[in-house]
Amino acid sequence: MASAAPTAIRRFRQGALDNASMIVVLLVLLAWLYFRVPGFFSLVNLQGLALSVSQVGMVACTMLFCLAAGDFDLSVESVVIFAGVVAAMVINATGSVTLGIGAGIVAGGIVGLANGLLIARLRVNALIATLATMQIVRGLGFIASHGSAVGISNERFFALGTGSFLSVPNPVWITVLCLVVFGLLLNKTTFGPNALAIGGNREAARLAGIPVERVKIAIFTLQGLMAGFAGVVLASRMTSGQPAIPSGFSLDVISACVLGGVSLSGGVGTIQGVIVGVLIMGTVQNAMNLSGVETFYQYIARGTILLAAVLFDLYRRGRRGV
Amino acid sequence: MTPTTEPYLQCEGISKRFPGVQALEGVALAVAPGAVHALIGENGAGKSTFLKILSGVYAPDAGSVRLGGVPQAFHNARDAIRAGVAVIYQELQLVPQMTVAENLFVGHLPHRCGWLDKRALRAAAERQLAALGEDIDPGVRVGSLPLAQRQMVEIAKALSRDAAVIAFDEPTSSLSEREVQRLFAVIRDLKARGRLVIYVSHRLQEVFEVCDAVTVLRDGRVAAEVSDLQTVTHDDLVSRMVGRSIADVYHYAPRTHGPPVLEVEGLLGPGLAASASLSVAQGEIVGIFGLVGAGRTELLRLIYGATRPAAGHVRVQGAPARILSPAAAIAHGIAFTPEDRKQEGIVPLRSVRENINLSIRRVLAKWGILRSRLERQNAERHVERLRIRAASLEQVARDLSGGNQQKVLLARALSGQVKVVLLDEPTRGIDVGAKSEIYGLIAELAGQGLGVVVASSELPEVLGIADRVVVMRQGQIVASLPRAEATEERVLKLALPVTAAARG
Repeated sequence: MASAAPTAIRRFRQGALDNASMIVVLLVLLAWLYFRVPGFFSLVNLQGLALSVSQVGMVACTMLFCLAAGDFDLSVESVVIFAGVVAAMVINATGSVTLGIGAGIVAGGIVGLANGLLIARLRVNALIATLATMQIVRGLGFIASHGSAVGISNERFFALGTGSFLSVPNPVWITVLCLVVFGLLLNKTTFGPNALAIGGNREAARLAGIPVERVKIAIFTLQGLMAGFAGVVLASRMTSGQPAIPSGFSLDVISACVLGGVSLSGGVGTIQGVIVGVLIMGTVQNAMNLSGVETFYQYIARGTILLAAVLFDLYRRGRRGV
Repeated sequence: MTPTTEPYLQCEGISKRFPGVQALEGVALAVAPGAVHALIGENGAGKSTFLKILSGVYAPDAGSVRLGGVPQAFHNARDAIRAGVAVIYQELQLVPQMTVAENLFVGHLPHRCGWLDKRALRAAAERQLAALGEDIDPGVRVGSLPLAQRQMVEIAKALSRDAAVIAFDEPTSSLSEREVQRLFAVIRDLKARGRLVIYVSHRLQEVFEVCDAVTVLRDGRVAAEVSDLQTVTHDDLVSRMVGRSIADVYHYAPRTHGPPVLEVEGLLGPGLAASASLSVAQGEIVGIFGLVGAGRTELLRLIYGATRPAAGHVRVQGAPARILSPAAAIAHGIAFTPEDRKQEGIVPLRSVRENINLSIRRVLAKWGILRSRLERQNAERHVERLRIRAASLEQVARDLSGGNQQKVLLARALSGQVKVVLLDEPTRGIDVGAKSEIYGLIAELAGQGLGVVVASSELPEVLGIADRVVVMRQGQIVASLPRAEATEERVLKLALPVTAAARG
């Protein structure tokens, strides 16, 4: 029986192997793009690609935990918008960039906490609860911004979203940092395995002494904070707090996770998988833009990818015998 | 009607080999018409293989099957059916979308020049079902019937084909008590009509209730043949099934008990009709016996804090303890393995290592950081100590056998500073050999000074392993008997609901 100590690198490799099929898909995709879509591998495009996936990538870090624990969160898209609006308003009101960023993040956290209490304490179904908060928070965003974009007066704020370091845009660095931090949380702390256990068998986890409610509340609160942060970064990139952004972000994040091997039924998920899933989604979208595919067709494509992701999850579940 | 002595079904020297394993070797069986003959044995003893040979699915490598003296050579299942052999498997061979009547006569539906004769079909179906005493509407889709009734349709199907030999493979695993009794009534009726019944089951109480004779298979061979079940006991059969003496099966050895390690007083909560009090000493094995609905599981869950108690005092090693949640119980050294491994115990997609460490992870971790090395060592230690058979520590828990899964749950419970272990039906759904291993582990734990509480609905098991038997009935504890005073009769009488006992 194998008894070698799993080092961090070995664990990472093991997780990558588990997602081997999706990595192959990504490589095939990239190969196809290399030959068929000119300009994909240009530096400018790759920077744009990385930037576009950065938002999904950030929230996917926490969505991983949410799905792993057997829940859903549809409210993240509204939180992103709301946090951006809050950040913009606070910066304009106080002139302090730090306060604005903090306010945006905290606003997200409060929504997350509300989600957590609804779902863990009051036992409301996660899908329904976050659907409800999604609507409520979207409404709050409109109310707060009076329906129009909130321009930001303090230009120092823009450095966050539009600046770059070593020719890599800041948001990308932030996303990479998030992936590392949450990867460590998943693999190196009790938080990760606890979430996975809860998703795998909630009653077994409870009987084993895991504080199920507390863990779930923590997961949703963290997700709220992260979505808030993503909203702040987005506001920085757009130099304003926008109350209206095409919806579907929550599902994009969930799709990316599912493509990355995170099971919709809970109990399974790796950070390596999430990375791959995010890249696949972003690559497909970017390629469509490059090829000049009309927006309407892109909707069809996104829906098809989500369907493919769910079917693939079912297939894997079937193979796992769940 | 007494069975005639001339056997109708005669199997001799049946052998069957599969790649790498001799499934059956020289198995002989003779059953007279009107007899109910049980076939028992551990998992892997060869029961299913034998049934498949009987029903024509497999052909034996050697040996003969004779019906009424005539040697048979079944090439497929249809040959066997035509010869009058019907096997009713756990997975019923019915078409859910078709009606009862259609299922009864599938393959030979009554027709007029090719047109389905619905009226004749319905009439014939009603006749068959009435003969069985079943009140099922033949026009109903089989898929909408509850399992017990579907089983009846399967039996009616067998009878409509004039089956002389009817074999049942684990028929009661999903039936309620009442449905089981209904099935037994039908089996007795089959007996009276001169049919020959073969009954394969793990549940020895049922074998004693409805069968006349029994053949014990072990490792593909006949280990024992008992022509009159009245002459043997449950333990005799178990001993033959595993090939060890009864003492070796239950691993019981008297030991000295220390001071009380768990004291429960006035416990009240959902599932208990009256307050419960219980005391377990160090090194003592307390068996809690009761019938369905007696409250065994509820009691254990209340002690463990899995269900919040409404009232009661608990003391662990003399010190008062407030146990309102599983985490609190674990902190006080009380461990628990749940009744339903699948629903409440195993996290199916996580590894053996993770499952074993589920409870202790928090304790081992420092500032929330996992201590992988300690976890791995804990898992390795328990895998060795409990002899858990798994391909590796990383194997997914779902792939383990029932017995090994139970051991994983036991390992989880034993991780950490444990003083008392509460085991709820620890050997449910596990075959006899693996049960014996778990009894051995229980005895070991008690020998090491732990207090052990085992709740079980299997009376021989409780009588076999416990130092003291606590009897529950309809939500309350009615007696606490030391081993010497706990006889089968006495315990059963105490466990039966009051009205039945008064009547009986």
